[in-house]
Amino acid sequence: MDQLDLARWQFGITTVYHYIFVPLTIGLSALTATLETAYVRTGKEHYKRAAKFWGKLFLINFAIGVATGLVQEFQFGMAWSDYSRYVGDVFGAPLAIEALLAFFLESTFLGLWIFGWDRLPRWVHAACMWIVAVGTMLSAYFILAANSWMQHPVGYRINPESGRAELTDFVAVLTNSTLLSAFPHVLFACFMTGAALMIGVSAWHLSRRRHVEVMRPSFKLASWVMLVAAVGVVLSGDMQARIMTEQQPMKMAAAEALYDTVAPASFSIFTVGSLDGGDEILSIRVPRLLSFMATGTWDGEVEGINDVQREERAQYGEGDYRPIVPVTYWSFRLMIGFGLLAAVVAAGLLALTGPPGRWIRKLWPRRLRPSDGETVPRWVWRAAVWAIPLPILGNSFGWIFTEMGRQPWVVYGMLRTADGVSPSVPASTVSLSLTVFTLLYAVLGVIEFRLLRTYAKAGPEAPAPARDPDDDGPDDGDDGHRPDAGENADESAERQLAFAY
Amino acid sequence: MELTTVWFVVLAFLWTGYFFLEGFDFGVGALLPVLGRNDTERRVLINTIGPVWDGNEVWVVAAVGATFAAFPEWYATLLSAFYLPMLLILVALIVRALAFEYRGKRVDPTWQRRWDRCIVFGSVVPAFAWGFVFGNLLAGLPIGADKEFVGSLADLFTVAGLLGGLTTLTLFLLHGAVFLALKTTGEVRVRARALAGRILLAAVPVTAVTLAAAGQESWAISAAAIVALVAAGVANARGREGWAFLGTGAAIVLATATLFVLLFPAVAPSSLADANSLTTTNAAATPYTLSIMSWAALAFTPLVLLYQGWTYWVFRKRIGVRDIPPAAGAALTRVAQ
Ligand code: HDD
Ligand code: HEM
Ligand code: HEM
Repeated sequence: MDQLDLARWQFGITTVYHYIFVPLTIGLSALTATLETAYVRTGKEHYKRAAKFWGKLFLINFAIGVATGLVQEFQFGMAWSDYSRYVGDVFGAPLAIEALLAFFLESTFLGLWIFGWDRLPRWVHAACMWIVAVGTMLSAYFILAANSWMQHPVGYRINPESGRAELTDFVAVLTNSTLLSAFPHVLFACFMTGAALMIGVSAWHLSRRRHVEVMRPSFKLASWVMLVAAVGVVLSGDMQARIMTEQQPMKMAAAEALYDTVAPASFSIFTVGSLDGGDEILSIRVPRLLSFMATGTWDGEVEGINDVQREERAQYGEGDYRPIVPVTYWSFRLMIGFGLLAAVVAAGLLALTGPPGRWIRKLWPRRLRPSDGETVPRWVWRAAVWAIPLPILGNSFGWIFTEMGRQPWVVYGMLRTADGVSPSVPASTVSLSLTVFTLLYAVLGVIEFRLLRTYAKAGPEAPAPARDPDDDGPDDGDDGHRPDAGENADESAERQLAFAY
Repeated sequence: MELTTVWFVVLAFLWTGYFFLEGFDFGVGALLPVLGRNDTERRVLINTIGPVWDGNEVWVVAAVGATFAAFPEWYATLLSAFYLPMLLILVALIVRALAFEYRGKRVDPTWQRRWDRCIVFGSVVPAFAWGFVFGNLLAGLPIGADKEFVGSLADLFTVAGLLGGLTTLTLFLLHGAVFLALKTTGEVRVRARALAGRILLAAVPVTAVTLAAAGQESWAISAAAIVALVAAGVANARGREGWAFLGTGAAIVLATATLFVLLFPAVAPSSLADANSLTTTNAAATPYTLSIMSWAALAFTPLVLLYQGWTYWVFRKRIGVRDIPPAAGAALTRVAQ
């Protein structure tokens, strides 16, 4: 492999890895904040236990999100220095503002949240988690502004002297049509991811009838969030597809492995056989669906790969402008498939736990029927645990599609990926860092997975005894004083931090 | 002042903030096995920085991001030239971040010992490496006419780099020890104060030699840095921990100021030809981008200072062995059984 391939693999691996944790962070912070708000407003103890429990899982995940994000911030300069020089004037600004506006908020207020249970009034404490949640969304917005500019450059000019891109209109970058459709799409997909974790873990406990008073409301909340978010993902995805057809026709053609322009165009659910324009052995097709996705009308014309290739060659000169078609074809389908499967799971569980569950109950074959008084058989709860990875996979394939579908460009129509790598960094150096990151990430992935599993299975803390120091907030003045304990115990209970690493 | 100069100052400010803040938490991490003689003591150390280390770390994310936005050429050259040192820094920061969060998640001495090692590695390595990077940067790098680094790893092993690294390492160790004396109670506090006195004996000569070797034009600031260090030592010996911390903080601020004053107007001097040097003007973004960034910085920096300051206020209490509750992992072990 040459230096370019190594740098690409490194970017792909580190970014997709970072993006496993990002959607969990974005989704779980808002869900945890919602549960804590329910506690502040109702004073019900089980909401507090829920917030603490999901907060703990959130923190295990957040740490690795931060750690892998650092790599992202540095690697444009390390491995893609020519890219950084070429687009830095435009690309750097959203990245810097992201740090200044979003990362400071997230990290500072999370510190307050973790250590502040006994130091802050309840509503301030809950507000800290909301600020974290807003911070994660702001960070998504600015990084997507940077990414959308690579998909569809706006608000810039090419300086004829230096031959580089220069920012001319920052507002245009922040209101890029690509961004305005990608941001809701990504955000909704993040909520699906956080919700799936909550559904899966709740289901595991509900299958054992443990911590029901915490897991029921969590499960309900997460399932509704999942359904609403799934609708949002589909609507925004539809918007994206139309914009993409306009802005990057090659990507849409490659998403369907459509070689020749047709109208109306059908959408294949899957294809067995070659995706190189040769004969397919088997293909299940929905007539006219691709036309609708790409153009919004049922008989619109969709351009094929060969025709776009001809046009782009005329526009940009000799070269191959086709991405790797099997990758785009399958990643597009897997994104939609995995993601929507998670929504189906949520819908099914909601139906079973809701009023329809009572009559569905009678339809189960005897062996699978839920026990008395239940509407959901245990095996269904247990199976629902497998919903957890589905949106994560959907997210990863979404990015793989978006980024691989743009190749050979790193900035569409402007800069080729091959022209972006650092000329001064030899292949041996990149292969070293690639190896280090891959091994380190693999080890950390195993550790994080095990911890998350252990803590998820352990469930929330037992309900607090009547006079638990946690129970009375600092707003009633005596900071967790325990009136009935002995002298020494009294002093140490007063001193101890509510949380410590 | 021209916007390019303004942004040079802003970057100096961000790096200074980073070294001041993360300086003490690198110090705390590096001193973990020295000052923490048992698990509870080590947890006291970690919890002095628990609520703030992540916020401190974002200063470097902001500094690097702002470099990218304001001086894209500098960002590109700096990070690609120091590819392997940056890799080392990243690995260190990754394992350190996870160690803080995961260390207490299981009650298992082996598990904790391993994460403790990660904290020490993750604190010592960047504490040295940042000085190494800036020492080399100031001394000049082999930069070609196209602003690319044309040297190899061997070109980075210079006396300037070594001195820079030793300076940040000793300053951060000292800053950390003084911080611990200020933030803890009991034996840890006593030990931290004693240790600070000993580290000072190394920090003063190392810093003095490095600053003198770096250049004489800014001798007044360099001298002030040394005076601040000595004053910190006096305050520490007298048990005035707050003053001692301000002293080591001032020394770090002044030493960083020396670096940026000597660098200006270059941002990455070339050792091959003066014409190849990256300067605040030829490495800068366009005036339009700089003005956008200026508005953003003007709007958000005061806010960041305000709420980060508030965090320090909320967690202003000293902590000691008695404040440490059983580890989170302990509750878990009970549940699992
Ligand atoms: C859609 C959202 C999104 C996307 C596409 C990315 N990130 Fe990210 N990033 C986040 C959303 C996020 C977050 C939710 O804000 C994180 C995740 C976990 C966390 O702690 O914050 C984060 C953490 C995080 C951090 C650590 C911040 C800290 O120290 O607190 C850095 C430096 C970056 N990211 C940088 C990047 C870069 C340069 C990316 C582009 C390749 C990138 N991220 C993709
Ligand atoms: C924002 C979240 C992002 C995700 C999840 C993401 C993901 C990906 C993926 C999956 C690839 C393909 C990997 C491969 O070809 O093997 C890729 C390629 C690439 N992306 Fe992104 N990307 C993101 C943002 C960015 C941003 C902000 C940049 C800015 C420079 C960027 C620059 C690149 C580059 C340079 C490549 C080419 C190297 C390559 O093809 O691998 N990406 N990215
Ligand atoms: C019918 C459903 C969906 C449609 C029509 C759709 C459409 C799209 C399109 C067209 C893109 C590429 C945008 C571009 O490159 O310009 C995209 C990207 C993406 N999709 Fe989807 N999608 C759907 C479902 C999902 C689901 C269920 C998830 C995850 C749970 C998901 C996650 C993503 C992500 C993370 C990206 C990359 C970021 C971006 O470019 O916005 N999508 N989607």
